[in-house]
Amino acid sequence: MEIEIGHYLVVGAILFTIGVFGIFLNRKNVIIILMSIELILLAVNINFVGFSASLNDIAGQVFALLILTVAAAEAAIGLAILVVFFRNRNSISVDDVNVMKG
Amino acid sequence: MTLTLFFFYLFSTVLIASAVMVVASRNPVHSVLFLILAFFNAAGLFLIAGAEFLAMVLVIVYVGAVAVLFLFVVMMLDIDFAKMRKGILQYMPIGAFIGIILFLELVLVAGSWIMLPEIASSSAMPIDNSISNTKALGQVLYTRYVFLFQGAGIILLIAMIGAIVLTLHHKPNVKRQDIADQVARDPKKAVEVVKVKSGEGLQ
Repeated sequence: MEIEIGHYLVVGAILFTIGVFGIFLNRKNVIIILMSIELILLAVNINFVGFSASLNDIAGQVFALLILTVAAAEAAIGLAILVVFFRNRNSISVDDVNVMKG
Repeated sequence: MTLTLFFFYLFSTVLIASAVMVVASRNPVHSVLFLILAFFNAAGLFLIAGAEFLAMVLVIVYVGAVAVLFLFVVMMLDIDFAKMRKGILQYMPIGAFIGIILFLELVLVAGSWIMLPEIASSSAMPIDNSISNTKALGQVLYTRYVFLFQGAGIILLIAMIGAIVLTLHHKPNVKRQDIADQVARDPKKAVEVVKVKSGEGLQ
């Protein structure tokens, strides 16, 4: 094992921060927000795989696989909601998502 | 610097650079393409860590399915993306503030944790290096984690049904097949026998 676990953790931390930053930055575009969520989940996966390699334990890879599943499902549902929202409001800005506001 | 370390730094540098471009790019199509690049480099990192099956799944599932889905949606929605970029710097300070705080916290955690030696030495499911990674993963996924595996399948099924239910909508004024109507068709109403006299037409 040549790569230290700390390397993976730092890469994951940077990627996670970029994802959170992207959510704040792109308030007008829900598509970019969904992509930022994908980046965050990818950072979590990198952490899991890094720990799996460092501890020589296969369980981390199983959990990374499950996160991959959830991320794919989330992207499909999120984009479907986005398409319906665009059909109704003709916009994908976060500022326009206020239909349920009282 | 060993070759492994060199490739680790190469993959992670390109990964982080393309992640920055995903959130900072002007054109959402470019964002999706940078997302694909980021996934490829993450797959490289997984390969270095020895998770070959996950690396291939990442390429197949993310690049082959999710990123293409994103690309479809970006191109399908008719939006003026240039107008959307206006006022983006409005949220820059708060985003940078929260991002820096979060990053510092994560680095503090990553730099100061201690692992007990007995945990580090005894893993619950040690990786068997004599068999391939795919086989090792399958041996635990279908036995010990079979319920989680089934749950993942149910999640995917629900996601598929949800996506179809959400986006399927019937346009009015479009002729489509109505099977109940066809089955309920009665020959008495549909067919009429008419006696036609010779030499006269049928009005």
